[in-house]
Amino acid sequence: MPTLKCPVCGGPVEVPDDAMPGELIDHDCGVTLEVVKRDDGSIELRPFEGVGEDWGE
Amino acid sequence: MGLAKIGMAYMVARWEEKSIASAARKRGADITLIHLSSFHAVIGDRELGGKLPGVVLQRSVSHYVAVSSSLVLESLGLRVVNRGQATAAANDKVWSLALLRAAGIPTPVTGVAFGSEAAGRLADEIGYPVVVKPTNGSWGRMVALADDWEDLRVILEHREYMPQPEMKVHLIQEYVRKPGRDIRVTVVGGRPVAAIYRYSSHWITNTARGGKAEPAPVEGELGELAVRAAEAVGLEIAGVDLFEDPERGYLVNEVNPVPEFKNTVAVTGVDVAAEIVDYLLELARR
Ligand SMILES: [Zn+2]
Repeated sequence: MPTLKCPVCGGPVEVPDDAMPGELIDHDCGVTLEVVKRDDGSIELRPFEGVGEDWGE
Repeated sequence: MGLAKIGMAYMVARWEEKSIASAARKRGADITLIHLSSFHAVIGDRELGGKLPGVVLQRSVSHYVAVSSSLVLESLGLRVVNRGQATAAANDKVWSLALLRAAGIPTPVTGVAFGSEAAGRLADEIGYPVVVKPTNGSWGRMVALADDWEDLRVILEHREYMPQPEMKVHLIQEYVRKPGRDIRVTVVGGRPVAAIYRYSSHWITNTARGGKAEPAPVEGELGELAVRAAEAVGLEIAGVDLFEDPERGYLVNEVNPVPEFKNTVAVTGVDVAAEIVDYLLELARR
């Protein structure tokens, strides 16, 4: 399981091996992070901006 | 023959999107993930279309992004499931109810009014209690129940203050006295693959709002009606929501073009993701 750095608090974030772009991870600091694929194929975490509409459970 | 290629367009990778991606890999299919927040395209760019899979599943949680991205992907020459126009029709409750009625499918009595006084007269005609809904939206949000004109007046006043122009369209529906549950039928490629009863003590039955669920029979009248409803709106994949009226039988309330199915899978054991992937592969082979 790769560990990336939270872009908000700098703390470690465990990213599941099967993580897909668009997957959301709630971090301990309270921020919701989105898995994003870079052009080179590697992944990074960004604060999730939402989708501008109500959605989800 | 190489691997069959399919694509999936989406915003947020929920349990459903992950299941679909994993079902595709289990089938040995090559699935291209089109994460829409990182995607852009020039309308009509066939060269880009040639680089993408010929068949793409639409799974955006945002209604607006689902319609726009489906239409753009179609302009690249791709076959999108569901089609953009069908998704647009399904996302608009007036549009979809009109298509359902035109196809002779029983629905709750529903009307539209564009001002408060007219809405009051419409509610009188339908008979209280009435349900007030947004024309676009899901998961039961912004849905209100009015027992009388006093309730309705307060709801409409609140809606009138909202900046969204669609809040000026008042969709008013009879309150169906369903037996504490409604039904969700999942349709894939013209077949009813699974159905669940959703129970709730709240009048909005929706598993997303915490109701419990049980399997429902997918054979016979229920499944057939759900398939007809999906077809009437032009949807190949749909979550069809129905009520049971004590006198009139099944009434189709809504058709959802990007259905969630985590609960359906948990309750029925039907592998909905695999059904979806098989349908996409069938289209890709044509
Ligand atoms: Zn953090």
